[in-house]
Amino acid sequence: MEMLTQLIDTFLLTVRDVIPIAVILFGFQLGVLRQPIVNWRKVVLGFFYVIIGLSLFLVGLELALFPIGESMAEQLTSVEFIHPNLGPNEVIVWQDYLWVYVFAAAIGFSTTIAEPSLIAVAIKANEVSAGAIGVQGLRISVAIGVSFGIALGCFRIVVGDPIHYYIMVGYVIVVIQTFYAPKVIIALAYDSGGVTTSTVTVPLVAALGLGLATNVEGRDPLIDGFGLIAFASLFPIISVMAYAQIVDFFNKRQAVRDKYNGS
Amino acid sequence: MAAIVKLLQSLLSSFKDLVPIILVVSFFEIFVLQQAPTDLISIMIGLVFIIFGLSFFVFGLEMGLFPIGGSLAQALACKGSVFWLVLFSFSLGFGTTLAEPALTAVAHQAAQVAAEGGMIKAGEASMDNYAMGLRITVAIAVGLAILLGVVRILQGWPIHYLIIGGYVMVMILTCFAPESIIGIAYDSGGVTTSTITVPLVTALGIGLSSVIKGRNPMLDGFGLIAFASLTPMIFVLIYGMLVF
Repeated sequence: MEMLTQLIDTFLLTVRDVIPIAVILFGFQLGVLRQPIVNWRKVVLGFFYVIIGLSLFLVGLELALFPIGESMAEQLTSVEFIHPNLGPNEVIVWQDYLWVYVFAAAIGFSTTIAEPSLIAVAIKANEVSAGAIGVQGLRISVAIGVSFGIALGCFRIVVGDPIHYYIMVGYVIVVIQTFYAPKVIIALAYDSGGVTTSTVTVPLVAALGLGLATNVEGRDPLIDGFGLIAFASLFPIISVMAYAQIVDFFNKRQAVRDKYNGS
Repeated sequence: MAAIVKLLQSLLSSFKDLVPIILVVSFFEIFVLQQAPTDLISIMIGLVFIIFGLSFFVFGLEMGLFPIGGSLAQALACKGSVFWLVLFSFSLGFGTTLAEPALTAVAHQAAQVAAEGGMIKAGEASMDNYAMGLRITVAIAVGLAILLGVVRILQGWPIHYLIIGGYVMVMILTCFAPESIIGIAYDSGGVTTSTITVPLVTALGIGLSSVIKGRNPMLDGFGLIAFASLTPMIFVLIYGMLVF
């Protein structure tokens, strides 16, 4: 019964969220282009499905993904798990949270490698670069970027450093790489940061971060709890450009060799 | 009949989205932690909701939003009126972001944490206000980002100066913003661009650069998403300075 009222509430809120985009699309179509909507029945039905789907999804998040993220964080940080025989004079150090980083990296890698929109982007990148950038290579480098990013973000929550130091260093690396990376990859690399974190991954990772900040001693969820998604969007930019640079380097060396052998 | 097949396909693909998470979490629960998650049954129900929700959502998007949005973007790019094009880019970014489910979820969590931390008044109304404020801020930011990105494609500005300029602005604002907004602000960049925004905005970018002479759709079409993940950080930092 409680679930039903929750569903209805979410449904009404979702209608409110979808109205702006509906008004914008119909407004431009009818008001500016002055063209009738082809298949308007289908379009309206499509919007209806969107609203139903969004409501179910949001309720599902509350029931499943948030609790999973929080309880994983809680279980992986509990003293019984990381240090069953903690002596009275011993303190928990950041190395004790090893499994947290492993879990974060595993979630980041597996969700990214399976991300459909990334596969589409990788195929496009392959076309832009005339085959120099491989589809698999790009996917793996983005996945490595995301998993390293989330793991590093968890480390930051555990030690409690201010987030902007890390992000600032990341930005500096991105800027330096931008000047040396092959031109075709730059816009794509910047985009890959935003694309990779999907609708399912974001809530889970957000819940993981909040759970960590709640359970690790001395951390405040308000200050330390967020930021994992920022890490997950920054590091793919670096790893994609690095991948393009490495491919470029080997191609150039190969070209030099060919020239040498040919003459 | 074809519709049913399509729906089944989208059910399968939403299930695939969840498979890596289910595998990794169960591996850790079984082999590393050796315990079950609390509320296993309600998690199972929730997962079923997510699979069905995501399927209907994507199915509906492909049926209604994407065809009309894509053809609109194409038509407006061809029409040649810069005013309507710019207005459309802003509205598209704004509208799609408000409907973006990941943003709704994260804004909700941010409100909960802020209420528990005493930054805002506890209670439904003030939490909803704060979450809605966050989402509208992000939506305006994404709208402006798409607008800027479209102007960039029209003018042919190189992307990296704008991005680097944006980074510098983020850094400067970080020094002045309250500590408790920084994490959320940085996160909002990655959150905004997912299921609805990316396909529509990419259609706009690629449509636009294929219409304008001397633009390479592959090179100039990309980059809109990059702006859309940068401006929300700037705007949410400012929002934090105003609210807290």
